[in-house]
Amino acid sequence: MAETVGDGPIQGSAQRDGPPQAVEVRFRGGGFAPKSHRWIGFLVFVFLIGLIEWGTGAGWISSLTLPRPSDVLSTFGELWESGMLFKHLVPSLTRLVVGAAIGAGLGILIGVQIGLFSLIRAGLVPLVAAIFPIPKIALLPLFVIWFGIDEGSKYALIAFGTFTPTVVATYGAVDNVDRTLIRMGQSFGLSWFSIVRKIVLPGAMPGILSGLRISLAIAIILLVAAEMLGAQYGIGAYILEAGSLYDLERLFAGVVILSLLGILVSAAIGAIERRLLGWRT
Amino acid sequence: MDIKLDRISHAYGETEVLRDISFNVPSGRIVCLIGPSGCGKSTLLRFIGGLERPTTGKILQVGEPPEGCLNPLTYIFQDFALLPWRSVRGNISLVLEDHGIRGRKADAIIGDVLARTRLSDFAGALPKQLSGGMKQRVAIARALAVNPAVMLMDEPLSALDSQTRELLMDDLVGLWTRQPFTAVYVTHNLQEAVRLGHRIIVLSRRPGRIRDIVEIDTPIAERRAGDKVCQRKHDLLWDLMREEARAADEELIDG
Repeated sequence: MAETVGDGPIQGSAQRDGPPQAVEVRFRGGGFAPKSHRWIGFLVFVFLIGLIEWGTGAGWISSLTLPRPSDVLSTFGELWESGMLFKHLVPSLTRLVVGAAIGAGLGILIGVQIGLFSLIRAGLVPLVAAIFPIPKIALLPLFVIWFGIDEGSKYALIAFGTFTPTVVATYGAVDNVDRTLIRMGQSFGLSWFSIVRKIVLPGAMPGILSGLRISLAIAIILLVAAEMLGAQYGIGAYILEAGSLYDLERLFAGVVILSLLGILVSAAIGAIERRLLGWRT
Repeated sequence: MDIKLDRISHAYGETEVLRDISFNVPSGRIVCLIGPSGCGKSTLLRFIGGLERPTTGKILQVGEPPEGCLNPLTYIFQDFALLPWRSVRGNISLVLEDHGIRGRKADAIIGDVLARTRLSDFAGALPKQLSGGMKQRVAIARALAVNPAVMLMDEPLSALDSQTRELLMDDLVGLWTRQPFTAVYVTHNLQEAVRLGHRIIVLSRRPGRIRDIVEIDTPIAERRAGDKVCQRKHDLLWDLMREEARAADEELIDG
């Protein structure tokens, strides 16, 4: 097609210089579309750990700078064999689950209310904005007085820390539910309760779940902070003890457990998302 | 059941949108509302279905809705308004659940409306798997499921490409011929108006007033795109609208 036009009699400059040159159109699209490369993340880990292993083994990383990964692994093995792993992990996980469940549950409940009722929104949004930036760990002494030195104050701290980000994510998600779907529900005479249950909540689910991702990461951070300030067992207590003895192997074994916990939580939310949000395009 | 609009006027704050609109929607007829963009035709449709209130004037239902009618005034939206997390079947059962229709009774209704819109094979599909035309057919099936007295169609074909629009128009003609329904059909597309409308109400630009009412007597099933009568009516409507559309296009949008 292009050639026939090029050979035509009414071509200007092209005709003077002989047949026009054909150059392939330069590709300039692509990119900006995240693709899933499963193994790259894993390879980065392997590379970094391998590098540290080599460095500490060869001596150009001193043992005061970083522990040798294989030593960390063997510490981890000892922890497992002595049964201390579960002695630390079980109280930590209980605190995490109870605290995060209370905080996220209340957060979703209040967030939905803020999204649905203007009066509650007017009353609570400034309050949430005022609470959000407070470093919750600063309030731990207060929680100890309110809820006791035992588990109560730790649950409260984690719950309080997960509550605010969950509220903000939830009411944002409710605000973002497609209004035309709500009008549709009204136009078919659906009851208010049906509209909330069948249209608003499922529509807000993507936003709520991505809010939970952040809230749960905050919960893990606060868990360790709370355990560092007063607990006999728990990953935070373990890390604190190792740190004060400058036992880098044990310190890093604790940190690895936290990282694994984070990955696990993130994977769990990913699985929930795949299950509940398969309808998304 | 007829619908009667009695001297509807409306203003959003200072902006007058509609002025003194009165007309009837007789049972079993399709009334098309056309007008330049921003003339308030979609607003008028929201008044008719009770989703918004006019500043002055009343919308009256004359007579009882037919028996077995679950939702007398039922919309079909331009953007389909399907719940993306529900399958085709789930989207239809959504509007039945609140009327206590579940189980076998719901299955019978869903089966019937899916057959009428030729969607029986797609009952389990999610909206994201469907093309625009199919989505709108699901929305039509959903509207049929509540057995409406009047269908309120808000530019139902405007989001579709022209071939799909042509096909869906045939579908609508087929549905109406088999079982005449009452409808108010808002569109800015004159071709759709002359194909589907028994009565075409032309609105002026904002504030929307009734510019003219055009009746088309040719039975809907006998109309063909581009036949003489349709073309004549189309040209007549375009003559009525041309100046309005141009003036509306050149208006500044404020506030």
